Amino acid sequence: MNPDFTQTMVLTFQVAGITTMILLVLGIPLSYWLAYTGNRSKAIVETLVSMPLVLPPTVLGFYLLVLFSPVNPVGGFLDTWFNLRLVFSFEGIIVGSVLFSLPFMVHPLQSGFGSIPPNLREAAATLGISRLKTLFTILLPNMKPGILAGCVLSFAHTVGEFGVVLMVGGNIPGVTRMASIAIYDRVEALDYATAHQYAFVLFTITFSILLLVYMVNRRCARMELT
Amino acid sequence: MIEINLTKRLHTAEGPMDLEFCGTIEQGEFITLFGPSGAGKTTLLRMVAGLTAPDNGTIVINDQPWFDSNRRINLSPRQRSIGMVFQDYALFPNLTVAENISLALPKENRRTIVSELLEVAGLQELAARKPDKLSGGQRQRVALARALALKPTILLLDEPLSALDLQMRIKLQDELLRLHQRYQPTTLLVSHDLSEVFRLSRRVFVLDKGQVIRSGSPTAVFSQSKISNKFRFTGEVVHIKPSGVVYIVHVLVGQDIVQVIASEQETTNLNVGKRVLIASKAFNPLIMPLDE
Repeated sequence: MNPDFTQTMVLTFQVAGITTMILLVLGIPLSYWLAYTGNRSKAIVETLVSMPLVLPPTVLGFYLLVLFSPVNPVGGFLDTWFNLRLVFSFEGIIVGSVLFSLPFMVHPLQSGFGSIPPNLREAAATLGISRLKTLFTILLPNMKPGILAGCVLSFAHTVGEFGVVLMVGGNIPGVTRMASIAIYDRVEALDYATAHQYAFVLFTITFSILLLVYMVNRRCARMELT
Repeated sequence: MIEINLTKRLHTAEGPMDLEFCGTIEQGEFITLFGPSGAGKTTLLRMVAGLTAPDNGTIVINDQPWFDSNRRINLSPRQRSIGMVFQDYALFPNLTVAENISLALPKENRRTIVSELLEVAGLQELAARKPDKLSGGQRQRVALARALALKPTILLLDEPLSALDLQMRIKLQDELLRLHQRYQPTTLLVSHDLSEVFRLSRRVFVLDKGQVIRSGSPTAVFSQSKISNKFRFTGEVVHIKPSGVVYIVHVLVGQDIVQVIASEQETTNLNVGKRVLIASKAFNPLIMPLDE
């Protein structure tokens, strides 16, 4: 198989895997807060989290590009102090993907937290069990379908990402060229055979992942019924 | 000693209602809060637990303030020594019976306490089961064992038996009494079942529309006339039929229908569904309505 093809596919799944892991770590505290807070700023945070659902990816990509450019204060600060350049780099597309897939992780987790009967948390409180222990021993184990949905949706969404990655990362083979960009790149070069290769693999993998989630969720639901 | 003096404005379907409660409870006492639904019983229990904040007042447990609106003290449920049994038990569905009971316990003496509680509550065989594989009565026992695990100062029971059938309810009432005698927690039970109040508690507070309208021993509270009873049962009138010059009143006592003869005058304030007290003096049984 074409080494470029393999390299691009590996990179795509690397980005998706790392993004999903970062999102899970960020998404749990964020969605916990959103699910249980009575704070007035909740509406604003919820809006910001949901923005990527409706915002053209190029808008987010454009602002990230401007923000992270080394000639600007934020990008310059990261460059001088951490030697971290987020434009046209692997780290950059990770940051972009995390922001862009945030709602796909936060929404399923938030509804997972919301689906847990409030008196389970209250019972834990009357037993003097700390919030952190309640989260890990009671809340998270009882919302596995939500966690699974969040991870899978974030993963699949990152695999299929185009606009943000193209804006922030460009099209550097082995560094920022993800599969969806490679398809565009190949079509422009009129190399339909390779484009089809990418497209078909993405289609099959995405389909299988989603099918798996639905099957697992159905089994979970059936187990709860019996 | 527990001193409670609380007010809270509740917003109910019938408009705002002020919940007020003022009372002193001795260490180890078994108290019931009785009243129709919406009277504020559960809210009162939740305020003692720290799950709902009162508007004003104090909760002082053995001279330690748990809540004091003037001094801005409000301990979280985690800081209060309480055990609570919720109406639907609130067992952790992902944990086994033994894990449910042991979760709150420190590691050192976890094993001894759990095995003692499993034995006392008759749950040894079920230790490894998940809550969804238990019957209602078994779940109730697990919830009770879990609430007692930390040896709380106050045990709060929110209609723990209301979802069970009568036979199971009576069995668990006995068990509750036994556990109360063994561990001696000060107990607050919310109930709207009169027979439960009579069987379990020495003292009852009757709440209606947020106010304590009566309190005292169940007999004193629920029957106006003080008679020297030999036997007494509470029940519900299910049928009244005339028979010659007298009436035969069918009363449901527990699961049995008892027939009692009553005069026409006695039946004037009886109707089907009315809760009654049947007491037997030396010779004839008396039947009289209960004030609720």
